[in-house]
Amino acid sequence: MQKGNASTIESPQVRLGLRLLPRSLTTYLGRKLFRFLLAIQGLGAFTLITLGVMLTKFTTARRLIHPLVVQQTSRSGLRLLPMFLFLALALGLVIIGQTVSWATRFGAINYLGTVMVIVVVRELGPMIAALLVLSRVGAANVIELGTARAMGEVEALEALGIDPIHYLVVPRVVGMAIGLFSLTVYLILGALCSGYLWAFLQDVPLRPGDYFRQLAESLSGLDFALLGLKTLLFGFIISIVTCYHGLAQPLRLEEVSFQTVRAIAQSVIACVLLDALFIVIYLTVS
Amino acid sequence: MKGGKSSPILEMRGVDIGALRDRSTVILKNVNWTVAGGDFWVVGGVQGSGKTDLMMTAGGLIPPVSGSCQLLGESMPIFEEGRLAARLKIGLVFDGGQLLNHLTVAENIALPIRYHHNLSPADAKAEVQRMLEMTGLAPWADNTPGAIGRNWQQRVGLARALMLRPEILLVDNPLGGLDLRHRSWWLNFLGELSAGHDWFGGQPLTLVVTGDDLRPWRNRAKQIALLKERQFVELGSWEQLEKMNDASVVELMTFGTPTG
Repeated sequence: MQKGNASTIESPQVRLGLRLLPRSLTTYLGRKLFRFLLAIQGLGAFTLITLGVMLTKFTTARRLIHPLVVQQTSRSGLRLLPMFLFLALALGLVIIGQTVSWATRFGAINYLGTVMVIVVVRELGPMIAALLVLSRVGAANVIELGTARAMGEVEALEALGIDPIHYLVVPRVVGMAIGLFSLTVYLILGALCSGYLWAFLQDVPLRPGDYFRQLAESLSGLDFALLGLKTLLFGFIISIVTCYHGLAQPLRLEEVSFQTVRAIAQSVIACVLLDALFIVIYLTVS
Repeated sequence: MKGGKSSPILEMRGVDIGALRDRSTVILKNVNWTVAGGDFWVVGGVQGSGKTDLMMTAGGLIPPVSGSCQLLGESMPIFEEGRLAARLKIGLVFDGGQLLNHLTVAENIALPIRYHHNLSPADAKAEVQRMLEMTGLAPWADNTPGAIGRNWQQRVGLARALMLRPEILLVDNPLGGLDLRHRSWWLNFLGELSAGHDWFGGQPLTLVVTGDDLRPWRNRAKQIALLKERQFVELGSWEQLEKMNDASVVELMTFGTPTG
């Protein structure tokens, strides 16, 4: 028995498992919790500073900053439009394709519009748009700002009396919030239209008027309000988290890749938590 | 009117200076230094002696670990919006320029006036063009910093710092890594600024430069200081400097001279 135990402990698989396990679970959990609280504190402070700068310096250097906001809106919105239109087409196909094949079995084809509203408008549309903007623009934010920080560009701005938050962060935050909101609207419209296209191609006996009436009946004012608020907040959160990791602490060049991964993970978690909060709000209000 | 000879522009009293990357490490202790209007200081020190940290503290980018640092009577560092006007009276040229890599040379130079004077690119164009021609940067105006050599990057940093017409200019290691032609240009141009340049309406500009080779500054800089053994040592004259037998001083005065 003892021999058996010893051989089990000495086996390579168990040794590997023990190496991977923390020496003390409480220390491990405590450290994780402490890091999490520190991250929340840092992000909270950075958010408040950014909001303060946005409010107090709205008219400062507007001929320099406002074009940067337009540039960032284009970067987080217009330039991603072709990819989003392709995605809208694919999203319509996936949802309608699956829904039609199942709904026809239960004679529930009249709920096609309702399914599209629940799945695309309330959930998948905003989340997919947020994740795509995070991967295309959020990651670039961390890399650009992290490199600028490591190369001393932030100190150069401070030496010139230019607030780095005002010059580097505010345009990105405003641009991404507007860009993500616009892209989500286009993605949803595209997916709803392509949904009907795929239903038409599958010979579903549903006239365009009926389909769009189903959509209109399923939508409420609350959907529009929550969609707008949710997408603006997704954009705000992604830009804040990515700018924070690129800018808020001294970085060396070799640390930029690690910060990028960390920023993306935290952004995803923050967006999912926000989405869960909106589900709760929706269920409570409706 | 720029500060007269007697009016102190920059004053440090009992200042301990921390390293830029780790402020808990004191790199210079008990610095007592007064820079008066019209001065032209050269601060010598070997690599790692704290020249850049001194410039960053004097430029208000890092607070002193202890002691008092004042720019025209205002306590440094200045980050508050209300005291920004005082902050802009000091210009800082970094070793290597530290330019914004996503902007062109012309955009880098225009940035301070566009931000502080709320100008559109068209409004800033004339001033920027004048600076580009004055510093010989016009051929590189539309290039990004990565596309031009280090010799020119340092010069772009100088042009950018001059755009706001500061009352005192701190230049960190301006001759480091430059070829002879560029060294000559820098020495002549800084000499012109110190004597009174058209850009400043003929008024002399107060200058502080650092370097690890003091010889090029002989008969150009009027005041000399050394950084050695974590101390800021103020010297009276070039003659006094040359008579010192200290090894670090000898190194600063014979840097690059072939031996044997």
